[in-house]
Amino acid sequence: MRSFRRGDGRPRVGVVAFQGDVSEHLRAMERVLGDGGSVVEIRKAGIVPGCDGIVLPGGESTTISRHLAKTGVGDEIKSAAWAGVPIMATCAGLIVICEEIVEETRFEPLGLLKARVARNAFGSQKESFEADIEVKGFASPYRAVFIRAPAIVGWSKEVEVMARIGEAAVAVRQDGLLALAFHPELTADDRFHKIFLGMIEGVD
Amino acid sequence: MQLEELRFGTELLKRGFAKMQKGGVIMDVTTPEQAVIAEDAGAVAVMALQAVPADIRKMGGVARMADPKIIMEIIDSVSIPVMAKVRIGHFAEAQILEAIGVDMIDESEVLTPADEFHVDKAKFTVPFVCGARNLGEALRRIKEGAAMIRTKGEAGTGDVREAVRHMRLIGGTIRSLKGMNEEELLKVAREIEADHDLVIECRKMGRLPVVNFAAGGIATPADASLMMQMGADGVFVGSGIFKSEKPELMASAIVEAVNNYRDPAKMVEISAGLGDPMKGIDAGTLQEGEVLQTRGW
Repeated sequence: MRSFRRGDGRPRVGVVAFQGDVSEHLRAMERVLGDGGSVVEIRKAGIVPGCDGIVLPGGESTTISRHLAKTGVGDEIKSAAWAGVPIMATCAGLIVICEEIVEETRFEPLGLLKARVARNAFGSQKESFEADIEVKGFASPYRAVFIRAPAIVGWSKEVEVMARIGEAAVAVRQDGLLALAFHPELTADDRFHKIFLGMIEGVD
Repeated sequence: MQLEELRFGTELLKRGFAKMQKGGVIMDVTTPEQAVIAEDAGAVAVMALQAVPADIRKMGGVARMADPKIIMEIIDSVSIPVMAKVRIGHFAEAQILEAIGVDMIDESEVLTPADEFHVDKAKFTVPFVCGARNLGEALRRIKEGAAMIRTKGEAGTGDVREAVRHMRLIGGTIRSLKGMNEEELLKVAREIEADHDLVIECRKMGRLPVVNFAAGGIATPADASLMMQMGADGVFVGSGIFKSEKPELMASAIVEAVNNYRDPAKMVEISAGLGDPMKGIDAGTLQEGEVLQTRGW
């Protein structure tokens, strides 16, 4: 069991709250933590250093990246990741933390996940889909919600692939990073959140 | 993974798309160049139009769906979602926009209504946003399949007062549901001509069951902050950006405002030195025939 930053024996999870489905992530995290921890919104610099886990939500990666750069929160997240603080990144969050984006973009990703990501890999909103996917370590299929979703099209050997669609990876782990192309915060199935909590508590 | 195992156009996907827009600014654009300015400023999506509402007002005549060529050029110029407007009830325009591949359709009172029925939005794979002035209108649109609601406000005026009024009316009516018993809820549903189950859902959630943006007359960072403080999930800015003196500055200032609306000191910084906002029209001086918000029912 690792010791937590606030010293009350319970983890504090920060959700990056500039833009996107922030309240859905806050609620999902609160549900999984129960009384065993607290959740805080990250809207400015100075909060990340007090967090034991960080969530990057879905939203628009261009917009979120812009706020991360402008406020200095992006640099704080990089430092936290290097110090081993677990990060869960969904959809836009996955794009934000990757090392390389396939097409030209107007922002620099944080470069934490050693992977190459294609934005809107499945097309526009009318090609958004739900699917029951097989996930490594899950006893039954997982209903995943892909909304204008990215996909991981290349990765280095440190990256462990948990789920694929076709050739592309859609759920991966790399040390303290859990990166998902879909939205676990939009469904009631908390299995990915529980994995993330295990990473924070140092039991997984 | 077999292709037939994928499910498209579900309610979860449509409403989920709208959720990804929360905390963001959606900007009206008429050219690829404007779309790029919007994306660089941090817009979460753009609304592709042939003319911004202020110009539609001036031009008069029948306002229709934009030329697909313009919409396709805008789609090719940005990576953020692209939305476009159809006339109220014009499901054939909506079919064309869906085929083009826009990410969301705005069934909008800014264009000339084509039918006394609104589009049956549940039939489409692409999600819809619709305008509303009050809870009844909002819930009728949701019942028809709208995945997102925006206040109607009074588009193209640069006067935020009508958006404020609509947001107050929707929020206030939902707050009034709290203490009501079963019979009273039924009576409200009847009076506002809304689906009873949706009224109950609003009471339970203390808000609309879908994402709710402010729109219609937002022209400054302070306007955006006002609407966010009144409970909007984000804002649409129509004429307010490209009818202002310095669109680049105004666009990124409004994006910043939506993120810092609770912080007056930060709002000072954001609001300073932006040049002239759009000139606008006092929405209270419009003649009956000039009012857009009364279109749709």
